[in-house]
Amino acid sequence: MDSQVIATQPTSAHGEHGHSPHLRHHFATVAQQREAASFGMWLFLLTEIMFFGGMFTAYLIYRNWYYPAFVAGSHWMIMWAGTLNTTVLICSSFTMAMGVYSAEMRNRKALLRYLFITLCFGIVFLGIKAYEWHDEWEHHHVPGLNFSINDFTHVDQRYPQDKPLAPDMAEKTQAYFSLYFMLTGVHALHMLVGVSILVVLLFHAWRGAYTTGHMTTIENFGLYWHFVDIVWIFLFPLLYLISRHQ
Amino acid sequence: MTEPTRHDQLDLEPTLYEHHVVSPKVYLGVFGALLCFTALTVAASYLELGVFNAVVAIAIAVTKAVLVILFFMHIRYSSRLLKLTVASGIFTFLVLITLTLSDYISRAWGLW
Amino acid sequence: MSSTSIVLPDQQTATMPKRSYLNSSYGLKSWLLTLDHKRIAILYLITTVFFFMIGGTAAALIRLNLLTPGGELMSADTYNKVFSIHGLIMVFFFLVPIAPAVLGNFCIPLMIGAKDVAFPRLNLTSWYLFVAGGLLELYTIIWGGIDTGWTFTTPLSTHYVNTHVISGAMGIFVAGFSSILTGLNFIVTIHRLRAPGMTWFRLPLFIWSYYATSIIFVLATPVIAIALALVMLERFTGIGVFDPAKGGDPLLFQHLFWFYSHPAVYVMILPGMGVMSEVVACFSRKRVFGYTAVGFSSVAIAVFSFFVWAHHMFIMGISNYSALVFSLMTMLVAVPSAIKIFNWSSTLYKGSISFDTPILYAFSFIGLFTIGGLTGVFLAALGMNIHLTETYFIVAHFHYVMVGGMVSAVMAGLHFWWPKITGRMYPEMLGRLAASILFIGFNLTFFPQFILGYMGMPRRYHAYPPEFQILNVLSTAGASVLAIGYILPGIYLLWSLKYGKIAGSNPWRAPGLEWQVQSPPLEENFIETPVVDFEAYDFEWLAKHENEVQTVG
Ligand code: HEM
Ligand SMILES: [Cu+2]
Repeated sequence: MDSQVIATQPTSAHGEHGHSPHLRHHFATVAQQREAASFGMWLFLLTEIMFFGGMFTAYLIYRNWYYPAFVAGSHWMIMWAGTLNTTVLICSSFTMAMGVYSAEMRNRKALLRYLFITLCFGIVFLGIKAYEWHDEWEHHHVPGLNFSINDFTHVDQRYPQDKPLAPDMAEKTQAYFSLYFMLTGVHALHMLVGVSILVVLLFHAWRGAYTTGHMTTIENFGLYWHFVDIVWIFLFPLLYLISRHQ
Repeated sequence: MTEPTRHDQLDLEPTLYEHHVVSPKVYLGVFGALLCFTALTVAASYLELGVFNAVVAIAIAVTKAVLVILFFMHIRYSSRLLKLTVASGIFTFLVLITLTLSDYISRAWGLW
Repeated sequence: MSSTSIVLPDQQTATMPKRSYLNSSYGLKSWLLTLDHKRIAILYLITTVFFFMIGGTAAALIRLNLLTPGGELMSADTYNKVFSIHGLIMVFFFLVPIAPAVLGNFCIPLMIGAKDVAFPRLNLTSWYLFVAGGLLELYTIIWGGIDTGWTFTTPLSTHYVNTHVISGAMGIFVAGFSSILTGLNFIVTIHRLRAPGMTWFRLPLFIWSYYATSIIFVLATPVIAIALALVMLERFTGIGVFDPAKGGDPLLFQHLFWFYSHPAVYVMILPGMGVMSEVVACFSRKRVFGYTAVGFSSVAIAVFSFFVWAHHMFIMGISNYSALVFSLMTMLVAVPSAIKIFNWSSTLYKGSISFDTPILYAFSFIGLFTIGGLTGVFLAALGMNIHLTETYFIVAHFHYVMVGGMVSAVMAGLHFWWPKITGRMYPEMLGRLAASILFIGFNLTFFPQFILGYMGMPRRYHAYPPEFQILNVLSTAGASVLAIGYILPGIYLLWSLKYGKIAGSNPWRAPGLEWQVQSPPLEENFIETPVVDFEAYDFEWLAKHENEVQTVG
């Protein structure tokens, strides 16, 4: 090195963390790396908010335009399934939070336990969701692929208090079901991704990867999982709970 | 080590955030609250409240989401930068919704 | 006024540094799997230039077809496909990525004194996503094309055309994630990896505008992703979010599309503004006038850009009241842009300007962007808009800002950092020649289009009434000049890779951190972490330290 114009400081001054094996070369300290990772994750979640945002906008508009159709569509949702699924997701969020806590406590056994329970909850959720979709398919409620307005222009004995819709409005139930399938579909896709990542994480956790102080992966995955939970927290009242009293 | 690290010298944005470990008790409390709110929102949907059905449902959902963000996602204990990040996301989301809706609503005044 | 400010080392004795990011490892694999932000920038440069050539070919075909009123060259259907390909490729695969992903990737870590971006692996991933999206788009073009225009207007795109809308939209969808990841990476990098002492207000203004760009990437891109996903699904499975027969509203697609695409036009200008600040400061050898104003106006543009999108929808049936609001907001967004123009002009005022290639391009930018921006304000006025929308006036407006503004800025940046990227100078005289050709060609091409549009020639038709022919011929003639203006730099830049003069570390005597290291830089950028104890654009500081540079071996 000839000479240098800018004042520098030796790169070896890494602070008290020294050369942690997890520290990548372009970060100065582990804390810096960790903060960068969770900041990055949050920015990613912002994009997710906006991604769902487009669909929520559509939902708000159409719900106001075709309120009767949305009520009628919503009454075909299986209440017990929706409620159960909400509960399942909340439980999984709790176990996920506990998983992060266990990683923090460097408790490998507990981490494995909580991740495994979270995984099970995730799978149960997807199972119930699949059951519901199957039900809707049977009832010809899938716009585009398998749809009939029959259920909405006639009184159904299962919902005797629902007044039948005019054919015109009954067509608009497709707006409801289109959004229903988009929203729950994209949400389920996120769940599927989450469940797959969980399997990988479980494997790594089993080998003790996250209980030696390097836990950004678990932390970030937790953020993702909670976010998916939050989306469902909104989907549940918006799709299942429209005017249940009617 | 007395020499300030590259890190300490990053003025304006102290990055040495102290890492807060949330106790399981807090998690348990939030968990309970979330379950209660779920029951509440289901129950409320069976009551006849007029427009307030939607209002109550949304209010409960927002409360639940806030709980999850603050505690499960640690935002309550995070740096100002992260708090701002979350806020800016919600803000842009609201811009999308309100500005779009403002068009739809003002297209047919009073019909909404 | 000196005529040149370049100080090259004595060419007899100058040598390229023995070790640099270009020769740290060899072989195709070392490039395709690289995590080095500088190499990734080069990968992006190659791919975006490739797409520029495709888009340029389409543009040439468009102009050739419009040489005669009857549109003899192509059938109406082919013409539709050609202009759609031109728009899609140029917007999503050239102009959106070129500045952030090429110049940003290369410069941001160097400028803030970091070794790399925050997530190098993500950086490479986003290049691969970009390539995947690009391949889908190429597939679309080769297997029959797409003819919806770059705007994917529903219900045209969902119901009425039978071209390859799904793969075309999928390409944009995938490339969108590349933008998102790039933006995310930059934001974290700028927040977290600044060198000690590099405070926000010591950052080069380049960084501020790239930060603003990244915000738009992160917050706006997902909305077009979902809009396009809904279009694809509507075609594929028949769900009805935009289908009136099923209760959907085509106008909602416009809302979602422009919620992204208006901010995206600022993605296509903000990085250019960043380049401008660097170039203007360096070549007038002064600190940018009103540093804070310029910095904050970048952020203001990014924020405001989320409030104006419906100006693309004035005649589509949005409510009069919201048209009014959006019209006002649109005029407001011109204010921060104007602030920048004023500040650069004040920087140039009484500066000791040297007329090298980068500053010539920067002058182009100032002139052309001003015209483009002002015509934008015309278009924002509701009454004018009804007359001018969907005419060639729009075409001229956005080409003035995107090509006249942004592409000029990219050229300025490319020439400015070329010695840093490659270690060699481009031939200066040819550079000036090309910059002048570009300016003349550009105006000849697009100024007539303002008049055409004002006279009522609609856009997106393959034929036109004979009375418009003279101006169209002028425009096509200009396009040929313009083409030379692009081909020439292409040739001499390639030539300079081998035969260019050795540039030395700081040929422009510029004060930015990136100029204080050797050219081309080392793989790790800085041998030791720099400590920043000087302001941005501090030419006096530089004068004290000239010729002291970090080199190895
Ligand atoms: C400086 C302030 C600007 C204002 C006030 C402005 C205003 C407008 C308005 C009102 C329109 C809509 C015209 C219509 O369709 O009726 C428009 C179209 C357009 N503008 Fe701008 N603009 C500005 C800057 C820019 C910049 C910087 C870019 C890109 C770099 C840009 C790119 C575009 C494009 C691509 C379109 C046409 C989109 C299409 O329909 O295909 N504008 N502009
Ligand atoms: Cu616009």
